[in-house]
Amino acid sequence: MIGFTHFASSRLHGKKSKRIVFLCLMLFFSIQFLDALAVQRFPKPEFESGYVQPETMQPAARAEMLQIADVIVLVIMLSVISWLVVKKRSRLGVFAASVVSLAYFGFYRQGCICSIGAIQNVTLALFNSSYPAPLAVIGFFILPLIFTLFFGRTFCAGVCPFGAIQDLVAFKPQKLGTRLNAVLGLIPYIYLGLAILYAATGSDFIICRYDPFVGIFRFNASFAMFIFAGTLLVSGIFIARPYCRFLCPYGVLLNWISRFSWKHITITPSTCIQCRLCEDSCPYDAIDLPVTGTNPESRGTTIRKLILISLLVPFFTVLGGWTLSTVHETLASVNGKVRLAKTLVEPASSVNQTETIEVTAFKSSGKPVAQVYAEASRVLKQFYTGSWILGCFLGLVFGITLAYRMVTKYQKDYLPNKGTCLSCTRCVDYCPVRMGDDNLPAI
Amino acid sequence: MKARGAIRTFPAAIAIIRTIANCLKQTSSASAKQVRINPLQKMEEPENNHKINRRKFLGAGVRASVLLGLGGVAALVLKQSVAGNLVWQLDPAKCVQCGRCATSCVLTPSAVKCVHVYAMCGYCDLCGGYFKPETKTLTTAAENQLCPTSALKRKFIEDPFFEYTVDEPLCIGCGKCVKGCGAFGNGSLQLQVRHNRCVNCNQCSIARNCPADAYSRVPASKPYLLRQVGDEKNLTAKTPRR
Repeated sequence: MIGFTHFASSRLHGKKSKRIVFLCLMLFFSIQFLDALAVQRFPKPEFESGYVQPETMQPAARAEMLQIADVIVLVIMLSVISWLVVKKRSRLGVFAASVVSLAYFGFYRQGCICSIGAIQNVTLALFNSSYPAPLAVIGFFILPLIFTLFFGRTFCAGVCPFGAIQDLVAFKPQKLGTRLNAVLGLIPYIYLGLAILYAATGSDFIICRYDPFVGIFRFNASFAMFIFAGTLLVSGIFIARPYCRFLCPYGVLLNWISRFSWKHITITPSTCIQCRLCEDSCPYDAIDLPVTGTNPESRGTTIRKLILISLLVPFFTVLGGWTLSTVHETLASVNGKVRLAKTLVEPASSVNQTETIEVTAFKSSGKPVAQVYAEASRVLKQFYTGSWILGCFLGLVFGITLAYRMVTKYQKDYLPNKGTCLSCTRCVDYCPVRMGDDNLPAI
Repeated sequence: MKARGAIRTFPAAIAIIRTIANCLKQTSSASAKQVRINPLQKMEEPENNHKINRRKFLGAGVRASVLLGLGGVAALVLKQSVAGNLVWQLDPAKCVQCGRCATSCVLTPSAVKCVHVYAMCGYCDLCGGYFKPETKTLTTAAENQLCPTSALKRKFIEDPFFEYTVDEPLCIGCGKCVKGCGAFGNGSLQLQVRHNRCVNCNQCSIARNCPADAYSRVPASKPYLLRQVGDEKNLTAKTPRR
């Protein structure tokens, strides 16, 4: 009996609670509905004067077809310039093509998208699976590299708008000497390494941020960037193409690949007659002079050099990695999350200081502070690993550069250095030998 | 023992230093010296031909492997690529109207403009986006206007209602009106990247400076993130929580 009443009451109770739940749900949904209406604090009036509400204009983004056209223009320009360099050997043709590229990729497309910056998109896509790189960007990254593998750095000769604008001002190029060239030639490696580190961690695109010529192409830049671009162009009168040789990170990749190029430009069309006319023709110090050992090194010296190199290179590699890993926190402060976490840790000490916009924005977003700290520490960890790798890489590059300076490379002709030659074809005009002039006597 | 070790290592160190110095001297002198020889003399030796063949073979091998490597990188990246372009856009729901859109853009004036979603507008006489908070008379006098460039235009329609339009060439994208409209009105004024002006930098310089992380790459086929009537979630996210 007791059991039954209990059961009945519980059933009753169940019905009641169901109804209450239902009412609550109704109330909840109606509040939701009211809330949706409440967006309009001031509902749209009903006009009596026959006023027609204008449409909100949404101008479309640049048409996709035009982006495909960019890639097509790139392929055409690369093909034309490769033909002009390798087959026609025409300086005038290369010059004309470079002006066309400057006009299209520089002033019409305003320097975006460019192959140099595309390094970062590709890196980000490799390290961050949620970032989809557009096809055109991948094309801009890969295509010049493939052309370089076959024809040398023809991309630099006249497709890259940055190279083209600097080539126009190279009036009085001076020789820098092999040592200075070797030392300054290390800068692009640092730039490339940092760009990849920052792109891989999703911190920043530093190549685009410190792009000197985009401001010129757009007639619009910050004062500092104008000064930077102006300095490069003015110094470019005497030091030909300073950006390409001593800064360009894409140039590093092109340099490596060009060393294995299939049909690289040659100074002479048939046989070098050692006339020395081309010796001073290269504005980029990219002609390797003949080195013929009259008295080759002794065996002992060679062995000692080899031992030294095999000790120095690993030493510099480890030293570089260790050095950069000690400053990884400084490197990481470029990252926005790390910076925010730092300012959130600090404020207790600086009460009188006004809150930064970042902190205000963060507080209004309602995210927990712990999440920011977790994200920042994750980024810091990435930077620690990254700075070790970057440091090792830079140390290795330094060691190899030094080793390269130690060994003597014997060659008997004047040859373009396949790595640093920009295929501008200036030297070609200096060579008195014509196609088919075989069996010429040496002077 | 220690002393003997030091004695032994000391000459070795000197030898190493001397070698470095010699090497540097040699390379610089070798590159400076031009010793001319007859190029035709050595070409006839059969041994040289072998060398050239070997070099050619190695070159082809390296070239093939570089091509393979490039293909690998391309394939990895292509796997997650998109056919269309991506453009930058800011999410008005995240925007805090800090004013950096006006100053951080590579263009002057900025490619970010105030956009009026008319469907959300209340056509108020006392418009929080148009008038400064302390305004006494609701006239179009310059001192009453919140907009520093007078880019927001006010037009009478019928008795208590006024239409507000944005004169885009004048607008600098400072977001003052957006803040006013969001605080007192419906939030119909919103900042957006205008794609007829934006040059679509690889890395948007405003995105880097945005304190609210409101910028993202969106598909070019759907390039606007305007809030519409009924997006109540967005408004609650927008109201500052202290």
